[in-house]
Order: sequence, then C-alpha cells, then structure tokens
Amino acid sequence: MAPGMVKTCAIFFFTLLFSLPLGLIFTFLHTSKNRVISGIMHFIISVLRGTPLMLQLIAVNFGPWYLFGIETIREKLIPVVIAFSINYAAYFSEIYRGGIESIPVGQYEGATVLGYSKAQTFFRIILPQVVKTILPSVTNEIITLVKDTSLASTLSYAEIFLLSQQYSNTIQQFTPLLVAGVFYYVFNLVVTVVMSRVEKKMSYYKI
Amino acid sequence: MSILSMSNIKKSFGDNNVLKDISLEVNKGEVVSIIGPSGGGKSTLLRCATLLETIDGGCLKYNGIPVTHTNESGKIVYEKNLNQFRKIFGLVFQNFNLFPHFSVLKNVIDAPVNVLKKTKEEAIEEALALLKKMGLEGKENMYPCDLSGGMQQRVSIVRALAMNPDILFFDEPTSALDPELTGEVLKVIKQLADDKMTMVIVTHEMAFAKAVSDRILFIDKGLVVEEGTPAELFDDTKNDRTKQFLMNYNNI
Repeated sequence: MAPGMVKTCAIFFFTLLFSLPLGLIFTFLHTSKNRVISGIMHFIISVLRGTPLMLQLIAVNFGPWYLFGIETIREKLIPVVIAFSINYAAYFSEIYRGGIESIPVGQYEGATVLGYSKAQTFFRIILPQVVKTILPSVTNEIITLVKDTSLASTLSYAEIFLLSQQYSNTIQQFTPLLVAGVFYYVFNLVVTVVMSRVEKKMSYYKI
Repeated sequence: MSILSMSNIKKSFGDNNVLKDISLEVNKGEVVSIIGPSGGGKSTLLRCATLLETIDGGCLKYNGIPVTHTNESGKIVYEKNLNQFRKIFGLVFQNFNLFPHFSVLKNVIDAPVNVLKKTKEEAIEEALALLKKMGLEGKENMYPCDLSGGMQQRVSIVRALAMNPDILFFDEPTSALDPELTGEVLKVIKQLADDKMTMVIVTHEMAFAKAVSDRILFIDKGLVVEEGTPAELFDDTKNDRTKQFLMNYNNI
C-alpha cells in the first residue's frame, strides 16, 4: 500500500503548492474594482464551492474530450491536481478575503502616509497580518484536503483509498481499509501538530 | 514661504458639507493647534492635508508647489505623483496605527529603508537616536502589543520623525489614552515644539494647546470661527461661539 500513500501525499502537496497562491489571485480578481472581473470571479467561486469536487474532477478529466475531442491525459495526477487546486483555491480565496477585510483601515492609512506603494502596503503590512488571522481556518481546510484526496479514486488514480478498497475486495477482509483510515488519521495528526507550531511561532504579536 | 498652504478648502460627504471654506497657512517652525467641537471638521481638515481624503474645492500646496489644481469644469485634479508630497509631511494618528507584526525598531526603520531607500545601518542609527530622545531606549526589540498606549504613541511619533518630515500633523494624539498616559505624550510634543518642529495639532487638550501653540484655530461647522494667538483666543476672545465653547470646557 506504500505506493498509494506516496500518491496521496503527491495530491496533497501539489494541491497546497498551487491552490494557496492561486487563491490569492482569485481574491485579487474577486475584489477588483472592475465590476465585470469581480462579477465573473464571484460566479466562478460560487460554482466551485457549490458543486461537488467529484463532479469537478470528472469535468477536468473528461471535459476536454467531450468538448474538443482531445484525448484524456494518461497521467491522472495532472487532472487530479488541476481540479483540486482550482477547487481549494476557491475556498482559500474566501478565507483570504475575510482576513483582508478584518485588517483595520488604519493600517492602510498608516502605510500610505509613510509613502508605501500599494504593493508594499499589501505585501509588507497587510498580508503578514492576514496570514496570522486566517491560520486556524486554513488549518481546517488542510485537514479537509487530506481526506478529500480520496476523491481522486473517481479517476482511477491509485491513491491509498482506491488501493485499499481494491485490496480489501480481493482478500475479502476489512484490514486494508482500516490501515487506510489510520493513515489518514496520522496524516492529520501531523498536520495539526505542524500548524499549531506555526500558530505558536506567530503568537509573538497581537493584532 | 509657508510649508503648508490650504486655501478655501471645501469637502463634503454626500449632502454633509464638512468643510465649507477653510484656509490655513503654516510657516516653518510654527505650531498651530486646531480646536473645536467634535464633528466640526477638524480631523477632516487634517485628513485632507495628509491626502487621506480628497478635497472638493480650494487649493492645497506644499512648499509652494500645488498638489491640486482646478480644471476648466471646476473639478479638483490631484498631481500624479503624490508620494513626493508625502515625503514632506508626517502624521500621528489618534489610534497610533503602528504595525503590530513589526518590532518597535522595525516600525521605525521600515519606511526609511523601503520608501526613502536609506541603508539599514543608517536607518537604525537614526532610529535609535530618536527612540532615545523620546525616552524609549531599550524598547527597540519589543512589539507594540507589549507597550502601554503612551509608549505606542511615542513610537508612532518616532516613526513619523524618522521620515524627516518638514511638517508633522497630529490627529488628536492623546484621545485614545487614559489621563495618566496623556502627559508623557504631550511632553514629547512640547519637546518637539521647543526644537522648532513645524506642527499642526488637532486636540481637545485646551491647556496644552494654549501652552504649546503659536497660533490657534477654532473650527466649528466647517468654518474657522476664530484664529489667533493663544492669548487672544483663550483670554481675550470677543467671539460668542468661542466663549461658549471654552466655557463648557472650563465648567467640566
């Protein structure tokens, strides 16, 4: 079952790698002063959050074939990571937006008066405080992601859930599924410990 | 030549005409206090001067250079590069607005390094000297949340001074402090006045305004009711509205 664990980890890490920054881009577009851009982004986010991830996985995998007759990609990790990253970016972008809105206007004014550019204000003053504020919500999403990786089995991507299910059917025993369950649980224990360390590291100041 | 020149400034929020027609000149080395009832337009005037609000009419100049001009259709147009003017002034907020994730030292040096492009060594040297002068020696590695309100406000004064402004604005610098901490902040501002720092102070501390100012403006309902030396306003006013306002203060 070890190869399954590696594949689960691959989905997890690649999804985080792409969805965390992509979420920020979604936030910028969503909060854009241009009403057309923010309207489109608002709609995209509502679809991504309002439809099942399983459906989105299937859409990313088979959509190109149904729409354009393009052969589906053989390496299933690619459509899996694309679907996961876009879906999680939608959730992260809403968390970022809430975090950004919670920063007092005085922080912007303080920076503006000192002559900071808009980019400097955001990346030097606002974002670090946002990260601290949203950390608990992000931890929640990451925990959900660990468990959601099992949805990749929909595309026959042989991560641990699919493997253990097949193995369990073959030997007619529950043990493989139990092992998978323990794996998810331990994975999330590690996530929780790491994230609470990060939170502690940021507790040197209060907002 | 005056550092700040505001002439016939108008500003409204919707139907509310907060500033109806206010003019203010501040010369080098002058300390001007602005007093008046809440909602009279004092803070809005300061926010217009510090480019946090845009004016609807009149003209704003720093060191003789216009920040705004009026186009053919009577609309106010701002200069494109506003940061050249932001280098001229500093602003101390009522709520300090320190950056909570930066240490005291980083709060002070971050803008000189990243905006003025000073070297870190130079910025640190200047910051430590200023902190010492404001009685904050040894606090440089602390975070704003570890400091009392009075200390936080003194740090924010140092942060503004580190940009080496020609003129410093104070927006009710002691209003968020409890009375015990007010004194230490006022003392520091007094010290700056003695050093001939050009300052405009919006305040409710009448005794302080009287002691520190060269000139006082009494503003109410978006207009300058009276302008003069502290002696003229506090001891010798002929204006009924000023009398009434100051009497209410003395009665408390």
